[in-house]
Amino acid sequence: MAELAMCVDVSKCTGCRGCQVACKQWNGLPAVKTGFSGSYENPPRIGGDTWTRVRFIEKEDSGKMRFLFRKEQCMHCTEASCQAVCAAGAIQKTDRGMVVFNDDRCVGCKNCVVACPFRAIGLSEETGSSRKCRFCYERIENGMEPACAKACPTGAISFGDRGKMLTQAKQRVSDLRGLGVNARVYGENELGGLHVIYVLDDEPEIYGLPANPRAATAGLFDNWLHALAGVGVVAFAPFWLIFRERGKAPDKSAGTEVDGNA
Amino acid sequence: MKCSRRGFLKLSGATGLGLVFGELGFDLEPVAAKVMDFKIKSARIVPTICPYCSCGCGILCYVENGKVINTEGDPDHPINRGSLCSKGSSLYQIANNERRLGKPLYRAPGSSKWETREWDWVMDRIAEKVKQTRDNTFISSQKVKDPQTGGDLEVTVNRTEGIACLGGAALDNEECYLLTKTMRSMGLVYLEHQARI
Amino acid sequence: MTNHYIDLKNTDCALIIGSNAAENHPMSFKWLTKAREERGARIISVDPRFTRTSAKADIYAPIRSGTDIAFIGGMINYILRNRMFNEAYVRKYTNAAFIIDDRYDFKDGIFSGYDSKSRKYSSDTWKYKTDSAGQPLKDETLQHPRTVFQLLKKHYSRYDIDTVCRITGTPKGVYMEIADTYAATGARGKAGTILYAMGATQHTVGSQNIRSYAMLQLLLGNIGVPGGGINALRGEANVQGSTDMALLFHLIPGYLNLPSAAPQYATLASYLETETPKTGYWSNKPKFMVSLLKAFWGPNATKDNEFAYQYLPKIDPQVNYSHISVFEALYEEKIKGMFCFGQNPVVGGPNANKEAKALGNLEWLVCVDLWETETSTFWTEKAGARPADIKTEVFLLPAASSVEKEGTVSNSGRWIQWRWKAIEPVNDAKSDGWIINSLFKRVKKLYENESSPAAAPIKHLLWDYGDSDEPDIDKVAREINGYNVFTGKQVPGFAKLSDDGSTCSGNWVFCGMYPEAGKNLSQRRDNTDEGGLGNCLNWSYSWPANRRILYNRCSADYEGRPWSDDSKLIWWDPAKGDILKGEKGKWVGLDVPDFNAVLAPAEPGGTNPFIMLPETVGGLFTTKMKEGPFPEHYEPWESPVNNSLSGVQLNPVVKVPKTAMNEQGSPDRFPIIGTTYRVSEHWQAGQMTRNLPWLAELFPDMFVEMSESLAKARGIKNGDKVVISCARGEITTYALVTKRFKPLLINGKQVEEVGLPWHFGYQGIATGEIANKLTPHIGDGNTMIPEYKAFLVDVRRAV
Repeated sequence: MAELAMCVDVSKCTGCRGCQVACKQWNGLPAVKTGFSGSYENPPRIGGDTWTRVRFIEKEDSGKMRFLFRKEQCMHCTEASCQAVCAAGAIQKTDRGMVVFNDDRCVGCKNCVVACPFRAIGLSEETGSSRKCRFCYERIENGMEPACAKACPTGAISFGDRGKMLTQAKQRVSDLRGLGVNARVYGENELGGLHVIYVLDDEPEIYGLPANPRAATAGLFDNWLHALAGVGVVAFAPFWLIFRERGKAPDKSAGTEVDGNA
Repeated sequence: MKCSRRGFLKLSGATGLGLVFGELGFDLEPVAAKVMDFKIKSARIVPTICPYCSCGCGILCYVENGKVINTEGDPDHPINRGSLCSKGSSLYQIANNERRLGKPLYRAPGSSKWETREWDWVMDRIAEKVKQTRDNTFISSQKVKDPQTGGDLEVTVNRTEGIACLGGAALDNEECYLLTKTMRSMGLVYLEHQARI
Repeated sequence: MTNHYIDLKNTDCALIIGSNAAENHPMSFKWLTKAREERGARIISVDPRFTRTSAKADIYAPIRSGTDIAFIGGMINYILRNRMFNEAYVRKYTNAAFIIDDRYDFKDGIFSGYDSKSRKYSSDTWKYKTDSAGQPLKDETLQHPRTVFQLLKKHYSRYDIDTVCRITGTPKGVYMEIADTYAATGARGKAGTILYAMGATQHTVGSQNIRSYAMLQLLLGNIGVPGGGINALRGEANVQGSTDMALLFHLIPGYLNLPSAAPQYATLASYLETETPKTGYWSNKPKFMVSLLKAFWGPNATKDNEFAYQYLPKIDPQVNYSHISVFEALYEEKIKGMFCFGQNPVVGGPNANKEAKALGNLEWLVCVDLWETETSTFWTEKAGARPADIKTEVFLLPAASSVEKEGTVSNSGRWIQWRWKAIEPVNDAKSDGWIINSLFKRVKKLYENESSPAAAPIKHLLWDYGDSDEPDIDKVAREINGYNVFTGKQVPGFAKLSDDGSTCSGNWVFCGMYPEAGKNLSQRRDNTDEGGLGNCLNWSYSWPANRRILYNRCSADYEGRPWSDDSKLIWWDPAKGDILKGEKGKWVGLDVPDFNAVLAPAEPGGTNPFIMLPETVGGLFTTKMKEGPFPEHYEPWESPVNNSLSGVQLNPVVKVPKTAMNEQGSPDRFPIIGTTYRVSEHWQAGQMTRNLPWLAELFPDMFVEMSESLAKARGIKNGDKVVISCARGEITTYALVTKRFKPLLINGKQVEEVGLPWHFGYQGIATGEIANKLTPHIGDGNTMIPEYKAFLVDVRRAV
């Protein structure tokens, strides 16, 4: 079965954040209590209740001002670090290329949160489990695009067959290069091939993307267990600690007064 | 360019799936994962226009049991073709929001708090206030200089400068019309709205 | 908008000035992105601050707030000097060839006819020279020194690039690049669009700012063509409709003037005589006016009682009743009661401290809203008030949201679109229609047994929208369109309205939207786009007469041929005429003709595109503006510099503001320019977004944007709390130090500018100080729109 992917073309993004809200709306994610962040960016990071957000970057190139926007979310890596480090077996890769979490099996140990090279996973205050972008798979099943892709006013986000997305991205990069833009595709081969392909008009690092992302392995999880054992904590302690924490209502903040649409 | 013409929305009894099954360019075989309930599958779809800026984007409200359960861009709408910005994407939270007002509120002179009141009570009282203020401030005619005769001319002016009315950009056209008609018949001249500011 | 949102895709160049379209009208960028991708269109952003719009522009130019006329005047001068204008268009489709009265003159910032005492002009000398038959004299070679063209050239010859850049602070290199890029749209078959919003209008010279844009567009042949136009991106979902419906003191529906207490308006006959031009489409005004009176007073409007004309209020011609004046009158305790329908002036009005103080003088206040607003709670301790001292009786009525009722809204492109009702109003909310209907019925009942002159206009008003308090919106829509009062049949279009009392129409510009029973065209959902321009003629209904691009006669040359194959909109097809009827051809194309389409191009009047003007051609010269026939640069009321173009500092016709709680700041104390703006994630006075958690999360707090150089000079770091002060007060908020603001070099002096989003207040989830506490009570010379966009402040770190 053909793999699916999302293509994010930063050169078309206007930073309106329609995607950010559409994601919360469809997925019923509560608002996060935020404060003044010193920029347009908010919430300050991806989390269990914020699965996608737009990064805002100010840059000056020899006196020419640039204001850059990048939508970030789970990259649905082929070599998925989160899956590798999940001891609970809560993370599955589908044959369409999606990395999907099973909420019921997640124990909230945060291994995946730490392991993700893109910091695209967070622990939900609401559920106490790790959550992240699911590519809105029930929408896809029903013939609809992911909520963010559908919402994008300028067509900066597209979604479909990965091969087509790559071709489209390469074509766009070639068009932009023709206009003198320092454009490149990101995600074709990184971590065995990402399922979010970027059209970038600058170095990946400028956009907060690692130039050479490295996958974490189950070894990381082992190290962590060893570390805990080293300080005298039994290996299973984290699990029950976390189990105990689960089910507790998260602190209600101003931002959570209104329900998401469950 | 030609917009795709998936069957135009039938407004009575339309259900979700017929409308939204689209042309995404990939096959629709199920993903091999636990599929969450497709929440809009039995919702009634009602088209609306975004209440924020003036682009006039189409939004579909998915309604079930008298509640809006989902809102998203109207893919048939030629202006936004299904897409929405952050404000348009948040329409759901206008219809589902604990901060929305409940009953009419009344604050008595000098009071430091709101009291809830019934509609009949507030509307009767407002109508009385309007009449009282209007009657006290109504000017039925005004003397003006007639340049032709040099004398005074009595002109009917039927106005009150005692009442002002602001707003309207958030109202529908039909409501704006009723507001203009009401307020002008009552003689208001301090009639203004957001277009002036 | 003369054009509409989708049409932006047809442009070759978009000049975005006084607008931050990407943030405040995000969907415009769907179509601009397409124009860029498919046509290689260029996007220009002119803004004091580098915005999300600038980020997607090919060229960005900084400009000092309040200097648009200098900026555009310089472009007009450049285009005329280098003959880059669209000569064929200018010659026939504008009044460039008209010869002007010998007495017209302009000296040191003042046009002929000025009276400094009253601060008013007499327009007696701003006229066309006419022949003995009263017809304007013309010189189509444009050489006569008194032609509009030559006078225009002379007027803007003072706007040389060096002078202009000294005023605007725009670097010369980028200014030249913009002038050349935009002037290229003057070529045959090329189209440039101007997008503007409140960044252009909210100045003491706001109206003339817009006029300067329109003139630039006429010179380049950009009006009436696909991808062109002068496009106001309006702020609210139905602010176009509320304007059409005349919720403005000086108008009644359909852009008819409300009469004033003056001899020429004493009777309906004299009103019509005064208001109706002899030529142009407005010569039909009596039909529109009488039909409106019939819609208002129904059977009680008869020929014998001047169709109830005397029931309309007449304003005092000596009094201005605009927003600022409302609050000045409130402050002076002249107004006793007030309604606020979804408006929140304590946040959105200028000089918010004064407006909040003024509210306390009301005997009663009725607010209709979805939420508690700053206006409805102005009397609370939270607002900084002492409740015991405030005697105002306040009513806060819960209103239904847009999905809880049915009716239409008009977008910027004049598309009137129906919104179906999705759910019942939540809680105990009622629609605004319910509230208005219920109120009027009760007031009417109170007057039932009275026979005073005051009672008559109310008792006799036609008010028949069903028995329930929820008015029959379909019936209201039918009345707005209009019907024959004898047969009850809908009027098919405004051409069929009559001045004999046989038709009613609540708003003639809407007439045609509901042309027959059961056929409400605002509900149309056929998105077929014949011809691919995006006009979608069968989607909803666009006023007037479903025209999508106004002045579209201009899209073809004199002979009726499209300027280029690429820009076809409406053209004359000689093969299409009905020979039996003696027709030599027919106008065909992709829009509804916005001109007299019965006329062949060669017939007299066949090249007259601007049918709403008496001279039926575009007005490069006008008598309609209070400041004079050509826009002239004046400085904002509060400006850091003296006017470099004349000895006149401030727009000579603006109403000198009252100073009580409205002091004017001087640049020695307040050397920094302040301006206000909006962000994508919030809306207007904030109540519709600050109460939504998902939006509050994105911008949770108020902030002020400032340059790195200003921050350094004042010892401010990003995220610090700072105090912004002006002559009228001060506010404390977070500093957002950004590279996107840069100091400008004005007349050799470095000037800083700071920007404040004006969405915030003390209610809701996202809260912050009210930016409008800093803005002054002074308005534009023509419209009294407040000067929100340029005032003087100082900035310091909060201790």
